[in-house]
Amino acid sequence: MGLATIFIPLLGAALAFLLRSNARRPLVLPFIGVAHLAATLYAISEPSRAGSAAWVALDPPGRVVLLLVSVLFAVCSFYAVGYLRLRSDRPNRVFCGCLLAFLGMMSFITWAGHLGLMWVAIETTTLSSAPLLYFNRTGRSLEATWKYLLVGSVGIALALLGSLFLGYSSLAGGQESSLVFEDLVRHAPGFSKPWLHAAFILLLVGYGTKMGIAPMHSWKPDAYGEAPGLVGAMLAGGMTSCAFLAIIRVFHIVAAAGEAEFASRILVAMGIFSMGVAGVFMVRQRDFKRMLAYSSVEHMGILVLGLGLGSAGAFGAILHMVNNGLVKGVMFMSAGNIHRAYESKSTGDVAGALHRLPISGGLFLAGFIAVTGSPPFAPFISEFTILNAAFSQHRYAVGGFMLVLLLVVFMGMGVTVLAVVQGTPSAKARKTAFHDRPLTIVPPIALMTAVVILGLYIPGPLQAMISEAVRYLGYTEVRP
Amino acid sequence: MSSAVDAMLVMVLLLNFFVLGSSRIRSIIYTVAGQGVLLGLLPVMVHEGIGLRQAVVSVGAIGLKAVIIPRMLMRAMTDLPIRREIQPLIGFRTSLLLGAVATAASMGLAARLPTLGSAGSQLLVPASLATILTGFIILTTRIKAITQVLGYLILENGVFIFGVLLLEAMPFLVEVGVLLDLFVAIFVMGIIINHISREFSSVSTERLSTLKE
Repeated sequence: MGLATIFIPLLGAALAFLLRSNARRPLVLPFIGVAHLAATLYAISEPSRAGSAAWVALDPPGRVVLLLVSVLFAVCSFYAVGYLRLRSDRPNRVFCGCLLAFLGMMSFITWAGHLGLMWVAIETTTLSSAPLLYFNRTGRSLEATWKYLLVGSVGIALALLGSLFLGYSSLAGGQESSLVFEDLVRHAPGFSKPWLHAAFILLLVGYGTKMGIAPMHSWKPDAYGEAPGLVGAMLAGGMTSCAFLAIIRVFHIVAAAGEAEFASRILVAMGIFSMGVAGVFMVRQRDFKRMLAYSSVEHMGILVLGLGLGSAGAFGAILHMVNNGLVKGVMFMSAGNIHRAYESKSTGDVAGALHRLPISGGLFLAGFIAVTGSPPFAPFISEFTILNAAFSQHRYAVGGFMLVLLLVVFMGMGVTVLAVVQGTPSAKARKTAFHDRPLTIVPPIALMTAVVILGLYIPGPLQAMISEAVRYLGYTEVRP
Repeated sequence: MSSAVDAMLVMVLLLNFFVLGSSRIRSIIYTVAGQGVLLGLLPVMVHEGIGLRQAVVSVGAIGLKAVIIPRMLMRAMTDLPIRREIQPLIGFRTSLLLGAVATAASMGLAARLPTLGSAGSQLLVPASLATILTGFIILTTRIKAITQVLGYLILENGVFIFGVLLLEAMPFLVEVGVLLDLFVAIFVMGIIINHISREFSSVSTERLSTLKE
């Protein structure tokens, strides 16, 4: 029954390809988005079947990711109707079809209980999302799509090699040859260690490329810079979370083999490095959509860092994945509105967004305050949890670096964001036809409301889902 | 059988070097196609006796790696004005040298990893790693889009060699996934190449450099 979360979007994609009317086709998106959300709520209300060695099963971390992806898509789909209405000159058949197929494949990743199956699903998300980047049909978007495909394919090839290494590690350790996650976790203690180490590094690099942690993030600024805002929201909030889920699952296997310390060291180092790279490139960034891409690199760094910091860190990381996904939705959608109104995404042309688009500009500013981890917004709670995990384990250097880099990013990002929202808009920008409409502002407002609520308190069911995911990783004591 | 497998793997490695030192794109396509034939024969040679699974993987690999994809690339070539990879980021001699270092490093690394003596030859793991690294070198140092696709193909070939080791133990689906995904990836890349040629009238990713910091 829960598999409907995969088939509903795929049916929707087929429908979108069949429909002739360019004006009515986008209406399929919210329809499918809401149906998908309903199917998701049904799927996660069922008790989880952790421990079942099936090829297709929703594990506890997968449930959290599925919920995030579904909520994000449902909200973005309404925005998409408004957006595509503004771009009614462009054919949107491929865009709508691929967007729905992309949702189906992201859901498939959460359901995949088999290493090979998960790999196929992740590769398919790359293929179905590439045409979304090329929606604007410009030389720049072509370049971004090319980079995205090439870098993404190389990452996915390395992930395949890593999966093969993991299989070989199991064979070399004399274990039964199964690539189902539950079997892998059960047999992990008998795996050949050198192969397991190599497999972890390859899988981290491969899926890390999809996630966009430094130094494999080179596709990200171009892709997020050139893609329509709502595609950026789905990539930065949805796809990267799915890639993080893949890394969580691999970490689970390595930890079950008794090599958690080896994996954690690498995760922490990669996390700090990503935050550092993001900090460097964020300073003096004049393109506000590329700035969001570096913000995403930073937050992916925080996620892997948290995963490497034991049970409290893992709790913080999974919570942060949810918070980051929601805030990224707000930021990309409001940035898309500002981009439309000014017909530019450079701080050289864009100023006074609060004046020109009071609501979108305000959301962009609020999103910035939230994403950099200021109270009372949700990312503050999750970042604080991760910091707390670092300090309570006496890892002062890790915590210190994280604090300093958060500050650097705050300042770097602040300069660009303030340049966008403050000042007076140019005469040219005042004349463009775009203005805030319900369909383009209500969706980001809805997400922002969720971010505020999650900052004040975490609802019981969500807390329980995340705790279950952390317990699933083998931690006995879960302290949020 | 082991000596025949060894000979084939040495051939694969030699073809890697040929690609590293060649500037004519047509001959690189032929070389990669030749590598595809060798790889397609590998499953049958390593796992003695022809089962259905080996046969399907072999036919599929030869069909895709040696026939379909090279033909697509050749067709792209006839539409394009380029024949040679002119200014790679590093010279051909340096590429060859890097390739030699990569191959030696692969041998060294493979010697340190415990291998199962059961299947095939001791050369499978080092040949796989060396081919992957060769693909990387081509991908990162050449600037024509089509040569980068060829580099990616070589990288996938390296992954395939490792896959042969696990063909018996791994589910069929994964093997199909390998071939299918390769095909789709190249197919999409092919579309992009066509778009690039229409947009810029020369398929060089050098022109794709507006997006920089």
